Amino acid sequence: PCCAIGPPGGADGDDSLYPIAVLIDELRNEDVQLRLNSIKKLSTIALALGVERTRTELLPFLTDTIYDEDEVLLALAEQLGNFTMLVGGPEYVHCLLPPLESLATVEETVVRDKAVESLRKISQEHSPVDLEVHFEPLVKRLASGDWFTSRTSACGLFSVCYPRVSSTVKAEIRQHFRTLCSDDTPMVRRAAASKLGEFAKVLELDYVKSDIISLFTALASDEQDSVRLLAVEACVSIATLLPQEDLETLVMPTLRQAAEDKSWRVRYMVADKFSELQKAVGPEITKNDLVPAFQNLLKDCEAEVRAAAANKVKEFCENLPEDNREQIIMTHILPCVKELVSDTNQHVKSALASVIMGLSTILGKDNTIEHLLPLFLAQLKDECPEVRLNIISNLDCVNEVIGIRQLSQSLLPAIVELAEDAKWRVRLAIIEYMPLLAGQLGVEFFDEKLNTLCMAWLIDHVYAIREAATCNLMKLVEKFGADWAQNTIVPKVLGMANDPNYLHRMTTLFCINALSDVCGRDITTKQMLPVVLKMSEDQVANVRFNVAKSLQKIGPVLEKITLQNQVKPVLDKLATDKDMDVKYFAHEALSGECLPYEYKKLQWSSMLCVLVYARPQLLDSS
Amino acid sequence: MKCFSRYLPYLFRPPSTILSSTCHTEADIISTVEFNSSGELLATGDKGGRVVVFQREQESKSQPQRRGEYNVYSTFQSHEPEFDYLKSLEIEEKINKIKWLPQQNAAYFLLSTNDKTVKLWKISERDKRPEGYNLKDEDGRIRDPSTITSLRVPVLQPMDLMVEATARRVFSNAHTYHINSISVNSDLQTYISTDDLRVNLWNLEITDRSFNIVDIKPANMEELTEVITSAEFHPQHCHTFAYSSSKGSIRLCDMRQAALCDKHCKYFEEPEDPSTRSFFSEIISSISDVKFSHNGRYLMTRDYLTVKVWDLQMENKPLETYQVHDYLRGKLCSLYENDCIFDKFECVWNGSDSVIMTGSYNNFFRMFDRNTKRDVTLEASRENSKPRAILKPRKVCVGGKRRKDEISVDSLDFSKKILHTTWHPQENIIAVAATNNLYIFQDKVN
Repeated sequence: PCCAIGPPGGADGDDSLYPIAVLIDELRNEDVQLRLNSIKKLSTIALALGVERTRTELLPFLTDTIYDEDEVLLALAEQLGNFTMLVGGPEYVHCLLPPLESLATVEETVVRDKAVESLRKISQEHSPVDLEVHFEPLVKRLASGDWFTSRTSACGLFSVCYPRVSSTVKAEIRQHFRTLCSDDTPMVRRAAASKLGEFAKVLELDYVKSDIISLFTALASDEQDSVRLLAVEACVSIATLLPQEDLETLVMPTLRQAAEDKSWRVRYMVADKFSELQKAVGPEITKNDLVPAFQNLLKDCEAEVRAAAANKVKEFCENLPEDNREQIIMTHILPCVKELVSDTNQHVKSALASVIMGLSTILGKDNTIEHLLPLFLAQLKDECPEVRLNIISNLDCVNEVIGIRQLSQSLLPAIVELAEDAKWRVRLAIIEYMPLLAGQLGVEFFDEKLNTLCMAWLIDHVYAIREAATCNLMKLVEKFGADWAQNTIVPKVLGMANDPNYLHRMTTLFCINALSDVCGRDITTKQMLPVVLKMSEDQVANVRFNVAKSLQKIGPVLEKITLQNQVKPVLDKLATDKDMDVKYFAHEALSGECLPYEYKKLQWSSMLCVLVYARPQLLDSS
Repeated sequence: MKCFSRYLPYLFRPPSTILSSTCHTEADIISTVEFNSSGELLATGDKGGRVVVFQREQESKSQPQRRGEYNVYSTFQSHEPEFDYLKSLEIEEKINKIKWLPQQNAAYFLLSTNDKTVKLWKISERDKRPEGYNLKDEDGRIRDPSTITSLRVPVLQPMDLMVEATARRVFSNAHTYHINSISVNSDLQTYISTDDLRVNLWNLEITDRSFNIVDIKPANMEELTEVITSAEFHPQHCHTFAYSSSKGSIRLCDMRQAALCDKHCKYFEEPEDPSTRSFFSEIISSISDVKFSHNGRYLMTRDYLTVKVWDLQMENKPLETYQVHDYLRGKLCSLYENDCIFDKFECVWNGSDSVIMTGSYNNFFRMFDRNTKRDVTLEASRENSKPRAILKPRKVCVGGKRRKDEISVDSLDFSKKILHTTWHPQENIIAVAATNNLYIFQDKVN
């Protein structure tokens, strides 16, 4: 099978052929990466071979190379979806079917799915005649294949050929789909169930009513849980297709049954798809059927189901018919929600906390204050940090409804309480939410209520809190800007430089390290630098060597001339300090002065450093 | 259903070959044996971490009687010895269990597990190989690039059949204790792996996540009184599985009720007979294997001295109890001293659930016909394995006069134990692992 290449490559000989020759040989290289590389350049190979040799030599070779690694096969399946032009255009697109057919039967799901995706794509490029002559027989072959891998692949192909074939072929396709819906293996039934909705969409309404409904009912009562739960998904599409008056008789019995299925996994699926189902069945059925069903799901005995339902509380309420939305929520949904606030499972509470704040916009100011605020407060004090975080990160939607004053009166005390909690881990959690809160509440409110807290953390007796507090300041400045920093926090931070406790003086330095970059050159040079330089005369060696480290950190923010005239003399002096560590860090700073500034969150490693160098005998004399 | 009980004792005819390794080392000891769902393939795992797959010879018209011979199809190293540096623990390569997956395409798939890691293996055939390079000539010599004036596309040429085994998935890091069993769900999407204290549920396609569905580890390990010894999925009900415990009980769990199955839905236990209570009661009541019948109606359990069949509808006592080697009851003291009392015997059903089989000592294995209540003791040994011979039933006598052909309890060899056996899913073909030998017996062809 070695023949001269046609005009495109032959003329300029070896030079252009060689790289292609390498690519072709590497299709079978032992190294997967090289094979993958070659497959990804399959279009280059095909282009060099020309359409005829691609059809007669390359594709037959590829059809039989299904032994390869998954990633190679996956790439191949994807490439073939874009190969129409390379085999000679739509007229020859059917030549791509054999390799894709063999890929559609491999055991690896991702590869099969990709092959099906490519087949769906190229089906559009088949002429109606080719579709019946080449494509549809392939679908039939797959549908009646010996192995379930081929039958599962067939499920995804019916819907693309159905609209474009004659009515006799349509009847055959419907028959094949019916057969696969009652296949022996659960995999095929799962594949059929997951494609049921999609297939229903291309069917004529009469057939939806006659064929699809009976298949749907059968799949929804399959003995395998994994099949039944997929039928729930199909329910959404089917319900959308049917006229309102048929829903009650054709879909609702099955849906009711699914919502009360013995298996929690099926009920979970119903809860997970609830908003879609609600939209599909319309307001009347929602009022009569889905509300009680939703109540049951919120009270389900399995936590996974409750969590899935809790996640949908806001969406469900939002989509209720407006005329009696409030009444339904207040009498039917809210009582269940109240119970979930004190659920035994933290995932349930956390799911609820992520959406509960959204109810305030639906219920309005008065209801929010009377009914929802107590729930928010309870969740804000929850033992699980994720629940608290979810509440805090959604404060803004309540803010819009009840206004900042009301919010501050009720929620803020709870936040302050947590901020002063005796357990440092709780305090730490609140600090981490601070930038988020600041963003939601705005600068004015923040200055009034929370600023004092943030500053108080700087002198906390636990290092981790002080560390987090400095990091918090940096994030606040990122939010509120340098001007705000200059007026509110910089003076306080610098004031601590005169604190009698050397640990607080060091906090000043740590804050400066964190803030210099976000505050910019002006503030750093004019306000921070003088303080740092002055601290180089501190009597505690730990402070002095931290001055050296700070100077190194803020160096890149300063101007060259400042470095030369102000910083260097101080470092030179520190380099002759009587303390060994101060000398060491001064030298470090002098040699690394111009290293690019890179803010690193102070981490445990830096804390370790403090521990190593902390010498208690040098504790402040005062 | 054909009733084979008519001619009990079974006329099992040994095949001409006994599959065994010539040099007998510890690594060669067979640790598990399992037929696939069609019975065409048989896999064994050994202490050396190897898996050997045997394939049944295709029927030929000229020698119809030769149908049934199993030949080696593929051998591969499934697990290697490892060392857990965090816990300073050696992880043995020994294959604890093999489970076949139903065939899904031309290839075969099986799960194999050692103490910690489950692997999904694909065994596939290849009979074509690509030929023709651009940069090399037929002899493999590199061609001068300037002589390349045309492109060649490789062509697939037939070659000798090659069977390859490739590890498709590795399910690791989910077990703190030793995995004792794996079982594939009837949904063919999930499986469970079970260790001493926990049952984990896996999706066959996902290796980075598993769900713990049973956890019996007490908060304080000193309060530990019971361990899980084996677990299996129901053959048809995707939501039901059973696990057995060292206390002689079996729990049936329904995965529909809750995501965590710490609460069982059925609890099978036989009240203890106070008259036979002894120091060894608890040890010998520990269940070493639990198996659902093919029809899903019954559970079979094996403890040290008996095999019991339980009806899923009756929790308070077993439907049937068969004595495997009751003559050992008087020897429990010495069996405790040589640790044999802790041997974990497995048990199997025949294809129609009418006969059960389990192993014993001295290379004996036992079969019980559930319909006729007849039982038989057979021996797996080279001596009586002449081709075309029929296995003679063996008898063990306790004290007193010993008749010809009988063997005395005192002369039983306790180092020769048959722990692992398997029964062809449809036909009367059994495979019996006796240390490093695998015996495949077949019902007499009439």
